[in-house]
Amino acid sequence: MGGTVSANHDRANLLEVRGLTKIFGTLTACDHIDLNIAKGEIHALLGENGAGKSTLVKMLFGSLEPNSGEIFWDGSPVKITSPGVAKKLGIGMVFQHFSLFEALTAAENIALSLNDGSPISTIAAKARALSFSYGLPLDPDSLVGDLSVGERQRIEIIRCLLQTPQLIILDEPTSVLTPQEADKLFETLERLRSEGKSILYISHRLEEVKRICDRATVLRHGKVVGHCNPREETAASLARMMVGSEVKAVVRAPADGIETAPALLEIRSLSRKPATPFAIPLKNINLTVRAGEVIGIAGVAGNGQGEFFESVSGEVLQQDAGSVRIRGKDAGGLSITGRRLMGAAFVPEERLGHGAAPRMKLSENLLLSRHATDGKAFVGSGGMVKNGAVYSAAQRIITAMDVRKSAPDPEAAALSGGNLQKFIVGRELDRKPSVMIVNQPTWGVDAGAAAHIRQALIELARSGSAVLVISQDLDELFELSDAIGVMHNGELSKPLPIAEATFEKIGLLMGGAEPGHAEHAMEVA
Amino acid sequence: MDITVNILLTIATAATPLLIAAIGELVVERSGVLNLGVEGMMIMGAVGGFGAGYLTGSPWIGLLAAIIVGALFSLLFAVMTLSLATNQVATGLSLTLLGLGLSGMIGTSFVGQPGVRLPNLDIPVISSIPVVGRLIFGQDPVFYISIALTAAVMWFLFRTRTGLTLRSIGDSHTSAHALGIKVIRYRYLAVMFGGACAGLAGGHLSLVYTPQWVENMSAGRGWIALALVVFASWRPWRVLAGAYIFGAVWIGQLHAQAFGIPVPSQFLSSLPYLATIVVLVLISRNKRLTMMNTPASLGQPFVPDR
Repeated sequence: MGGTVSANHDRANLLEVRGLTKIFGTLTACDHIDLNIAKGEIHALLGENGAGKSTLVKMLFGSLEPNSGEIFWDGSPVKITSPGVAKKLGIGMVFQHFSLFEALTAAENIALSLNDGSPISTIAAKARALSFSYGLPLDPDSLVGDLSVGERQRIEIIRCLLQTPQLIILDEPTSVLTPQEADKLFETLERLRSEGKSILYISHRLEEVKRICDRATVLRHGKVVGHCNPREETAASLARMMVGSEVKAVVRAPADGIETAPALLEIRSLSRKPATPFAIPLKNINLTVRAGEVIGIAGVAGNGQGEFFESVSGEVLQQDAGSVRIRGKDAGGLSITGRRLMGAAFVPEERLGHGAAPRMKLSENLLLSRHATDGKAFVGSGGMVKNGAVYSAAQRIITAMDVRKSAPDPEAAALSGGNLQKFIVGRELDRKPSVMIVNQPTWGVDAGAAAHIRQALIELARSGSAVLVISQDLDELFELSDAIGVMHNGELSKPLPIAEATFEKIGLLMGGAEPGHAEHAMEVA
Repeated sequence: MDITVNILLTIATAATPLLIAAIGELVVERSGVLNLGVEGMMIMGAVGGFGAGYLTGSPWIGLLAAIIVGALFSLLFAVMTLSLATNQVATGLSLTLLGLGLSGMIGTSFVGQPGVRLPNLDIPVISSIPVVGRLIFGQDPVFYISIALTAAVMWFLFRTRTGLTLRSIGDSHTSAHALGIKVIRYRYLAVMFGGACAGLAGGHLSLVYTPQWVENMSAGRGWIALALVVFASWRPWRVLAGAYIFGAVWIGQLHAQAFGIPVPSQFLSSLPYLATIVVLVLISRNKRLTMMNTPASLGQPFVPDR
């Protein structure tokens, strides 16, 4: 073990990683990764989904054990065998999928990660003081289950800061924030850097990496493919490094005559009481999607999008049958199958367990969702399944959507997230539905696959269908939509035509500004 | 007056084993583990307690043996579900079946033998004060243990850092693991605490309630304890209330049957179950409070990825 620090950098390295490797079965998730993080820098870790970023940081935080490789902290070799060891060294982590306990208060959540024995009230007071000094106000007595995703992230950050770490790891921190909340976070990060702390910043949002990061390490398929100074790169050149090839831009042909096209999906005064104590009620939602158009619904996660999708798809039935109308007919009292038979198609947010049965083959998953609508094609006399027809339809979808897989007809769980998503979206597109409703179409999907899915959705609309896309990714909505509405606290704003929509306006609506005031606020600002 | 005191005393005796077993299971479930083997651990505690008491002649050694047997028996469940990640429902059910069978086999030579009984508390003068003396200062030792245990568990779960950690594991074991909390270790200790409590409850049956060994003498009390925990929405004082409501209606209907009230005896026998469920459902109407107290990861196997 050589403890010498390479003197190639002008500043001392806080963390050095050499040859770190992690193997899961046959997959090498991280392959001889080298990484240096200097004191007082914001270091970006870039890469597509599945490039090995999360695996790498989990090893740095001690939740995964590397198969081989060395880690040096302040020049001396260390073994990070558990998150406890990482915390003792001075490594703090803000998780992508929050590691918070919904049934506990913010202060209790914070107390759980601090190993001192001080009473909850002392911790609450400290957390309150620290949160205000960083401009991230927080009520320590509130129950986490009641908080928005942005507020939950504040708890994560405050919890991390209270441990006074030297290195803070942030895993995709802005994916759930409004643009304004993200700005606030960047101010906090810059302040932490000025205090001499190091930050490892994981993101696939290239603009923000260019804005705040000093250096970047790019991963692809588990290997380091380059180091760069993001300020000297363009978003396109960074994307090329991540993907390894040019990413095709999505083309949105102009939509003509939409105003007079028939309304295929109408939501009229849709309201819903919260089903559980932590759910969001829907308040008087009105929306019309016409043939040929793509409407996007933006919003910070947990503002009722899930509840809205459930209501429109028929997972939850409506009291008033007229509150959801498909192709001019009342559908509020119909089940999912009933609505599918009217020509609608749905893609839910979760791929595994909701969109697809994980341990069933792709062809079986196809049959599960389409046995009613394609009864004649897939089910023969006496209810016998026509396996051949189902199999060839599955292959047709696999070819059309360029689904990459290891076996001819693998189990859904065997596919990577992006490839499974392509199959699930393709499964619905293959029906040429006249109404398509998609929740988070490209969540966790790599850039190439995402472009493919988006292009397919636009083409479906232009061929005369109505497409409704719910997404937290603003870039995606701006690429896809002809108009964007914003969901906040169970209410939906009137969709803004894309020509009038800007990040700032949508961001203000996401933060809860009155629909009528958003434009006004912009003029004042 | 004496009859009232006697009835109150029998209610306490009937409620005590339910309360102890349920409080133990409450801690287990708060850590996110569902152990359906309470009945089996209880009957093992009963036979172990009786046996040790019978062989040594000391009811105190019997009680200690009941606790140890219960804890060791639950260790079997812990190894299976926590280290080998087997299905908790299936493993718990088999634990009950195993316990009932095994205790019958161990206990064949104890059948019909005279047991030893734990003496009631008897403080000179004070215990002979009318009513209060006998109710508060003249009961069996396990009664006092059960009350102290309930208070201690309440304090532990809601006032200590370790209790908070235990509740957090029950809420989300993945989050807890990500914070570096030793999920499996906590759950082992919780399951063994539950086993010790079930064993103690069994010891109460064979060393206090009816100081003898009868096969199947737990008579479904383990299942009632399990139900109490759920209907009490995982809150200790409600478990206490539930156990005493059950005990009261149980004793009440026995007396009613003895008086020959013209109501079908089957209906009277079902009353304790009905009354307990109705009361606990009524007090847990607050959905939000129920959500907050329900361990969200209950029954899910946890396999840390390394």
